[in-house]
Amino acid sequence: MNPNPSAPVIEVKNLTCGYGETVVLQDVSFVVHPREVLLVIGGSGCGKSTLLRCLIGLLKPFQGDVAHFGRSFTAADATQRREILKTFGVLYQNNALWSSMTLAENVSLPLEEHTSLSRADREEIVTLKLNEVGLSGSEKLYPSELSGGMKKRAALARALALDPEIVFFDEPSEGLDPITSREMDRLILQVRDILGTTMVIVSHQLSSIFRLADRVIMLDPKTKGIIAEGKPKELAANSKDPRVRDFLNQDTDSAKPTSRTPEVATEVHSP
Amino acid sequence: MTAAHPSPAGNAGHNVATAQLATGSSGSDCVVKVGGDWRLSTSVPTWKELFGQHTATDVRVVSDGLGKWDSSLLLFLLHGRAWCVESKHDFVTEALPENLQNLLRKVVESGTPKPKAIPTATGLSERAQTLAMHFSNVTKENISFVGECALGFVSVLKHPRNFRWMDCLVEMQQCWVSSLPIVSLVSFLVGVILAFQAAIQLRPYGAAVFVADLVGLSVVREMGPMMAAVIMAGGIGAAFAAQLGNMKVDEEIDALETLGISTVDFLALPRLLAVTLMMPILALYANVLGILGGMFVSATMLNIPAAAYWVETQNRVGLSDVTSGLIKSVFFGLAIGLAGCLRGMKCKRSAAGVGQATNSAVVTGILLIVIADAVFALIFNVLGI
Repeated sequence: MNPNPSAPVIEVKNLTCGYGETVVLQDVSFVVHPREVLLVIGGSGCGKSTLLRCLIGLLKPFQGDVAHFGRSFTAADATQRREILKTFGVLYQNNALWSSMTLAENVSLPLEEHTSLSRADREEIVTLKLNEVGLSGSEKLYPSELSGGMKKRAALARALALDPEIVFFDEPSEGLDPITSREMDRLILQVRDILGTTMVIVSHQLSSIFRLADRVIMLDPKTKGIIAEGKPKELAANSKDPRVRDFLNQDTDSAKPTSRTPEVATEVHSP
Repeated sequence: MTAAHPSPAGNAGHNVATAQLATGSSGSDCVVKVGGDWRLSTSVPTWKELFGQHTATDVRVVSDGLGKWDSSLLLFLLHGRAWCVESKHDFVTEALPENLQNLLRKVVESGTPKPKAIPTATGLSERAQTLAMHFSNVTKENISFVGECALGFVSVLKHPRNFRWMDCLVEMQQCWVSSLPIVSLVSFLVGVILAFQAAIQLRPYGAAVFVADLVGLSVVREMGPMMAAVIMAGGIGAAFAAQLGNMKVDEEIDALETLGISTVDFLALPRLLAVTLMMPILALYANVLGILGGMFVSATMLNIPAAAYWVETQNRVGLSDVTSGLIKSVFFGLAIGLAGCLRGMKCKRSAAGVGQATNSAVVTGILLIVIADAVFALIFNVLGI
């Protein structure tokens, strides 16, 4: 971790959240530094997506606070909330492009809602953004006419429409082939380098973790919180926690049958 | 591992699975010889059949021309093992193929996992409590949604330029296009049916011409707006719920929310306004078709000329009758729109959730229509309209 002189972009303090009566994360605290690529990692069901939903304000935490640039998101009223919402973009797992609108309209809607730009200016920015993600000329296409990789890039263009300070990603390489996934990762880094955007990424893809992360935080379903924090390579090599080493060294793990239930057994008993 | 394993002996072809019981060499134990192809899809011997009332002994299982095998054999051996363990006897499988033994050992080591019990409310009071909680939550959600819509309408009146008129027009077009043919057919038939029924009752008294009064009044005051509304609830209400539900599943609604866009203003209001505006127009159309249906029956069956029928209708059906029907239909439209949008936006994040939302939108819509109709019947009665 490199100490950063400037104030943290996001500060999470003693966050406890979940759904209904189920607590998914308990007493989680961490910060996100400016311009860094932070990956939230962990196995399925460890609360990565829940944490993300808290960070972007879709889920109200039971306790604790999420602050963007020193402004509390949890305690914000409607106007403050709108101000904070303007400062970040989100790329959803299913892309969440509005299917009834063309790509241009998808990218243009945030501009329409949050700026007073003229129609012509908006159109120009849309072209610019689509160009940035390598989709120039696809303005008139509908999301259903795009391939998986193109949809991801279109969603990124939409997330970048307002030139946000932070972009959140939910599984950016989910459902992509290795090459497209690598391109997506390259695109993310390129955007960070050019625009200086802070990136918070939820992922469980090993290759992406090592390619992208400046820093990772790892969540665990049993402890309901963070079990490791640091640079992925250092964690993979030096972590004292076997769960962390196991996760980050998946290709070298093979001689540990005890850590998993034998697949055969479950299969036999399932009917 | 449950797939077929090639037998070491290379015993190809389809042999019937066999299990034979024999007394062992020492006399105190049994030997079970398993052979043939053991397939889940075919009938295989069971341990119960084989041993029946046999007294418990040590058991040794050996292979006797064992062909391909799958989980059926594993199950057979597990039953055997359980049988032996229960009576504290040995169950020896050393003579079986290596991979089968490994598999068996793994299953035995991991134990028989029982499905975890999901804590559910058991007592009557507990269940009632959960139900009441659920009901109060849902009511709260519904009321707050209606409130948000009302606030949205107010802000549309204040700043009409911010409203998404294009979306509203598209939805209006959808209402019109998708329900016009079916509304035409149903309304016409309703007119025909009413005329038939009235004719049967009125003809013996020589009062056949009053068919026009009866059809005219019941269509204009009740059946026209009602039938149009029910059809719209089934068509447009369901479509709203399905569209919005699908948007919810695909996180499109989340994407709007994280942009700070009010989903009620953006998605619900245009649809709500569209169906509320279109409903009276469709009801009027249904009225016309219903009266035409009655006219058709009168002209063909009762020998009342269309002109006479029209004059009779005009004499009896006043503007207040038509307006009362149209006023009702405005509220029917509102009910359909609210039910559809609410169910869609509160949809669960799954394919089954979309189905439930659609179903519930139609049911709620029709229920609200009938309730509204009853309330209006009461109000009009009091006002003497």
